[in-house]
Amino acid sequence: MPVVVDTQRMGRSLARMAHEIVERNRGVDELAFVGIRTRGVPLAQRLARAIRDITQVEVPVGSLDITLYRDDLMRHTVGPQPLVRLTDIPFSIDDRKILLVDDVLFTGRTIRAALDALIDFGRPRAIQLVVMVDRGHRELPIKADYVGKNLPTALTQSVRVRLDEIDGRDEVVLEETNHD
Amino acid sequence: MIETMPPAAAAPSSQAVTSLRGRHLLGIADLTREEILLILDTAEAMKEVGERPIKKVPALRGRTVVNLFFEPSTRTRTSFEIAEKRLSADTLNIAVATSSVTKGETLADTARNLEAMSPDVIVLRHSMSGACHLLARICRSRIINAGDGMHEHPTQALLDAFTIREHKGRLEGLKVAIVGDLAHSRVLRSNIHLLNKLGANVWVAAPSTLMPSGIAQFGVTPTTRVDEAVRDADVVMLLRIQLERMQGNFFPSLREYFTLFGMTPARLKLARPDAIIMHPGPMNRGVEIDSEVADGSSSVILEQVANGVAVRMAVLYLLAGGEA
Repeated sequence: MPVVVDTQRMGRSLARMAHEIVERNRGVDELAFVGIRTRGVPLAQRLARAIRDITQVEVPVGSLDITLYRDDLMRHTVGPQPLVRLTDIPFSIDDRKILLVDDVLFTGRTIRAALDALIDFGRPRAIQLVVMVDRGHRELPIKADYVGKNLPTALTQSVRVRLDEIDGRDEVVLEETNHD
Repeated sequence: MIETMPPAAAAPSSQAVTSLRGRHLLGIADLTREEILLILDTAEAMKEVGERPIKKVPALRGRTVVNLFFEPSTRTRTSFEIAEKRLSADTLNIAVATSSVTKGETLADTARNLEAMSPDVIVLRHSMSGACHLLARICRSRIINAGDGMHEHPTQALLDAFTIREHKGRLEGLKVAIVGDLAHSRVLRSNIHLLNKLGANVWVAAPSTLMPSGIAQFGVTPTTRVDEAVRDADVVMLLRIQLERMQGNFFPSLREYFTLFGMTPARLKLARPDAIIMHPGPMNRGVEIDSEVADGSSSVILEQVANGVAVRMAVLYLLAGGEA
C-alpha cells in the first residue's frame, strides 16, 4: 500500500496552495472557506491558518454536509441512508469568493452536490475549488482551481487521505480495491 | 510496511448505528437506544436546514407522502407537512372526519385505495390504538405513526427528547415529572419508553382516577401527590386533560383539578431553578397549566413545536431517504 504523499509533502502542498490562493485573488478580503465534511473541514482550517500566517488576515471557515444533495440518495448504490451531519456556515456567502475544499476530487459528483447546496445559501461572487488530491476519472464537467497533488489512478484503485485531526497522521495512500 | 492501529478517536463507536432497522415508525417501544440517538443527531442537522435562507433540500425529491389524519390535528399535521416540504417530497393531505370511520374495515379500505396510487410514506393519525400496526401489515408504504388512540405518538416523544437534550445536554440521570391525564395519553406512553431507554428518572403524577393501573411496571415512579413529582425535577412535562376521551367523571371539576394538580408558579418553585416546562399541546390554560407558567421564562413549549419539524424531517429522511 504505497504512501504517495507523506506528512512533509502534505504540509508543503498546503503552504503552496495557501500562497496560490492569496496570489490569484490579489488578497484575501472577500474570501471564505467552506470545507466539505468530513476531511474537507480540517483541510480548510489548515489553509485558513496558513493564510493568516502569510497575510495576518483571518479568513472565515464553514463546514458543509452534502448528504441531502447527493444524486445517488434514491438509488440502490448507497444502500442504507448516509449519515446526515451538521452544516455550519456562520457567515453570509453573498458576494464573497468561496473556496470550496475537499480531500479527493474523483467523479465530481460530490462537488456538484456541494455547488447546489452552496447556491441555496446565497449568491457568492465566485466559487473556487481546492482539493488535496485530483485522481481523475471525472463524470461531470468539473475542474479544481488548486490541487495539492495530481495523482493518475486506475478505477480499481482507491485513494485515501488521512489527516492528523481525524486519523492521527497526515498521508495520502493509494490502495488496490478488491472486487467481489 | 507496518500498519499501525488507528487512534481510538477515529475508530467508529461500536454502538453507533447509521440506519433504522425497521421500515416503519410505529412506536418508540420498537426502537433501540442507538436508533433514538441516530434520529436525534440527524434532527440536529435538519434543524440547521430550517435556519437557512432557502429552507429546502432535495433529499426526498420524487417521493410521495400521504398525511392521513382521522383525528383533528393542527400542530402535528402542519409539522409533518412542513417537514415533508423541506425535504422536497410531494405531499397529500387527507383529513377524514372521525364520524365516518367504523372500526377496521374503512381504514383498511382507505389504505388499500391509497396504496393503489403508490405513495412512499403514509403518515397516519387515528383514534384507534394499533391502527398504524394494521396499516403496516397491509401496506407496502412506510408507515409513520402520528398518534394512534391511547397507544403511542413517537414523533412527539422524539421532539420532547430533542428539546430536553438541547437544554440539558443529556437525558441520562435527569428527573422528569409528567403530570396530567396519564390514562388517556399516547404522549405519555411514548415518552416513558424513550426516557427510560435514555436513562432518565421518570415520575408520573395524576389523580388516582387518571392513573393507569400497573404503570409502575413501565419503570416509572407513580404518585398522586404532584409536589412529590415536581420536587427537584429537571423537566416538568404537562399533559392535557383530554375531555374528549373521557366518558364519565374522573374528577369533581376542572377547577379542583387545577387547584390540586395545575402547574402554578408556586408549585414550579419546587422544581430545580433551571427546570424547563413542557407541554405537547394544545394547552388548557387554567386547567393543567397556569398562564403565567405557560408564558414564563421556564417554558419551552414553543421550542417543542419548532423542534417538531426537525425531528420529523429526520424520521422521514431515515425511513424514506434510502432506496425505494
